[in-house]
Amino acid sequence: MNITQILFWFLSVLALVSALMVLLSKNPVHSVLWLIVVFFAISGHYILLNAQFLAIVNLIVYAGAIMVLFLFVIMLMNLSADTEPQKNVWMKLAGTIAGGCFLISACNVIYNAQNVSKEIAAKTALLNQGNIGLIGNLGKVLFKDYVVPFEISSVLFLSAIVGAVVIGKKEKNKV
Amino acid sequence: MPIQYYIYLSLALFSIGIVGVLVRRNAIIVFMCIELMLNAVNLLLLAFSKMHYNTALLTNKETTAGTEGQLFVFFIMVVAAAEVSVGLAIIVMMYRNIHSVDVNFLNRLKN
Amino acid sequence: MNKLVYLVPLFPLIGFLINGLGRKSLSKSLIGIIGSAAILASFVVSVFLFIDVKAHGASVVTAFNFINIDTFKIGFAFQVDQLSSLFLLIITGIGFLIHVYSTAYMHEEKSEHFARYFAYLNLFVFSMLLLVLGANYVIMFIGWEGVGLCSYLLIGFWFKNNNYNYAAKKAFVMNRIGDLGFLLAVFWLIAKLGTVNYADVFAAANILSKFDVTAITLLLFVGAMGKSAQIPLYTWLPDAMAGPTPVSALIHAATMVTAGIYMIARSNVLYSMSEVTMNLVAIIGLATALLSATIAIKQNDIKKVLAYSTVSQLGYMFLGLGVGAYTGAVFHVMTHAFFKALLFLGAGSVIHAMHHEQDIRNMGGLKKKLPITHATFLLGCIAIAGIPPFSGFFSKDEILAAAYAHNPIYWGLGVAGAAMTAFYMFRLYATTFLGTFRGTHDQEHHLHESPKAMTIPLIILSILSVLGGLVGIPEILGGHHELHQYLSKVLISEKAHHIEHSTEYMLMAISVAIAALAVIFAIVHFSKKPELKDATGIAKAMENKWYIDELYDAVIVRPLEAVAVFLKNIIEKSGIDAFVNGVGKFVNYSSRQLRLVQSGQVGNCILIMVLSIVIFILLWFYDISIIRLVDKFF
Repeated sequence: MNITQILFWFLSVLALVSALMVLLSKNPVHSVLWLIVVFFAISGHYILLNAQFLAIVNLIVYAGAIMVLFLFVIMLMNLSADTEPQKNVWMKLAGTIAGGCFLISACNVIYNAQNVSKEIAAKTALLNQGNIGLIGNLGKVLFKDYVVPFEISSVLFLSAIVGAVVIGKKEKNKV
Repeated sequence: MPIQYYIYLSLALFSIGIVGVLVRRNAIIVFMCIELMLNAVNLLLLAFSKMHYNTALLTNKETTAGTEGQLFVFFIMVVAAAEVSVGLAIIVMMYRNIHSVDVNFLNRLKN
Repeated sequence: MNKLVYLVPLFPLIGFLINGLGRKSLSKSLIGIIGSAAILASFVVSVFLFIDVKAHGASVVTAFNFINIDTFKIGFAFQVDQLSSLFLLIITGIGFLIHVYSTAYMHEEKSEHFARYFAYLNLFVFSMLLLVLGANYVIMFIGWEGVGLCSYLLIGFWFKNNNYNYAAKKAFVMNRIGDLGFLLAVFWLIAKLGTVNYADVFAAANILSKFDVTAITLLLFVGAMGKSAQIPLYTWLPDAMAGPTPVSALIHAATMVTAGIYMIARSNVLYSMSEVTMNLVAIIGLATALLSATIAIKQNDIKKVLAYSTVSQLGYMFLGLGVGAYTGAVFHVMTHAFFKALLFLGAGSVIHAMHHEQDIRNMGGLKKKLPITHATFLLGCIAIAGIPPFSGFFSKDEILAAAYAHNPIYWGLGVAGAAMTAFYMFRLYATTFLGTFRGTHDQEHHLHESPKAMTIPLIILSILSVLGGLVGIPEILGGHHELHQYLSKVLISEKAHHIEHSTEYMLMAISVAIAALAVIFAIVHFSKKPELKDATGIAKAMENKWYIDELYDAVIVRPLEAVAVFLKNIIEKSGIDAFVNGVGKFVNYSSRQLRLVQSGQVGNCILIMVLSIVIFILLWFYDISIIRLVDKFF
């Protein structure tokens, strides 16, 4: 077991535990903080896969911008564990069972697929190597082949900004 | 690393996201769980991208196979960011109108 | 020429639509003109068709297939041949005269009801034309039902009187019983032959077994019983007198009751194959003729006498059909149409003059006041009594001669019935027109001859009644029997009469002599002192129609009502109602429970979505094992 594998298992466990904590913590602020941990773990996975550009973007956009936005909103509303609405036990149980069923059935499908063909079972994701995830390579592809979607995404952002402003604006004559 | 491990990990994260959506009533937590699910998918996309690259590498040393997968992850992040901005605006407005972020109040679908 | 056929039923239909829809806005004179003109137009077309058929023979015109299942097709087809063209002339010709007559007779009605009356009348004629023109049993059945409906509407025309409504219902229900027989026969034909077209059925009739032919013809005869008022379904016809008198004339002379005769004459190929049915038809016809004749003798209502005489004459026609004298029966239909229309319209004229008085005991001595009505009525009476050379003589004689050839007993009973016919008709005539007036002063003061619109049809009909028999003068009297030759293409000619000419002369002489005696006896007996007292003994039974209505009431209606009450109170309430309400309650309860699923909560929707995804995954990747699992359980 080399260092890469150790890191893989560590990051996986970290991501799962933090994700669970997002669910389990009563205080929304704690949830946000745990989610940031999840994002860090996932960024770690990205680095392991040698996708440095995405790892950085993930940290900046998700862990930085989006989660801060979440924190702002939560603090703005002054939410805490006391005001947290709770579903009844049966709904919680039903939700957990449904999600569990989904997990088990989907995992079982993957497990069965392994037995069907040796070729599929032998597929591996390349760690630590390969330069397709480097900024230079991605940038070339992005600005050559994918320049139109890139520009369109900027339009998307613009419309999102406008939308957010329109929705968030205080209505003058409230009904 | 075998691809199955990544699939299992992503499925687990995704399922945690689903359970979160189902059991929590706080709209913001629900929203965060959706982000979690998006990230699970991103991780899987990236893993597949590298798997694809690995397979292509056996025949061609200079291959760029799998770049598209990483670009998709990038675009998903773009869309997610836009989505979050709009979604949070909606939650803020909901809070302003009913002074709560409980999704159970959003039962207009009934009528 | 072929397409002209469509016009015949089309004109009355248009007349029906115009009068029916415009009944609130049209004026009375316009309504009368539209109603009569529609029938006149189709009469003119019928005449053209008649000439065409005479020159070129029969033809079938198909408009479209209105039932089209695989190889089984029923066309909306009209058949114009010798038989149907003759009936067309009778229906439209007499129908027209009755329409003209009605314009005067119904003039006191409100404009709206006047229009309704003419609309029904046109629809009636339309249905009858459809019945006669149809080239298969299904079209005939459509007309058959239409005629039944119109009779219901017209008998109950004055729907404010409940008794009239009962009479209408009675007619309708009795007809339904017969219609069921007809319908079953048609189904039987379809099952056995796969076709209902006359031509195909008659061509393929040979492959039917003896039993099938007997069953089909018997069922058809049940239909004819209902429509043509034969024992045991005859009681509706006398009650049908509830309708306006011209309607009675239309029902009795031109339409409705002749439908049964037409249908059997049309199916003569089938009937000739079944000995059993033929005998039954003859026996029932004869029984009906005699029974209704005895009832007619004691009736005091002018229309009831005529009604029972119609039943009796129809009995003769069935006797003719039963002994194989199809031409004779059709001939009698024709002559009977002339004189029965005449008699009914004459009676209508009397009733009109008497201000809706129908009891002949309150009449008498109308000869001077109503000269035209009197003269035409007398001619009609002579014609129906069978005195030569009036039309009734020839047709009745032809039937009786055929009956004699078949079985002399039939002839004997037939002559007895003919004598009774002569007797009751002249009893009616003598009581009504001879002697002294017995009504109130008020009525006497207002007595008047009817207007021209009523008397002219009477005169035309009386001419037809007198001369109508000349188309069928038998050979032994030096004629050629034109009608027989004309119809020989469609009707199987009766078995050769194995009667010597001398015998036939003798039979004629006997029947005429007996009828003449009955006439003289009736006139002598009733002109001076009509019976005004209530009858006693057997006469009372006759006056009360042998209590047949009461018998039906006790044997059929009461038990049916008892069963109906039982079904309503026990089966309906605790059985069907409980079940139906239970279903309703169950659905109500389960939907209440199911409603909770649709809470509108986003969470619930997502939960269901996730579960569905799980199920899809299971189905997609494990379908085979799941199917096996299901197989194991079931």
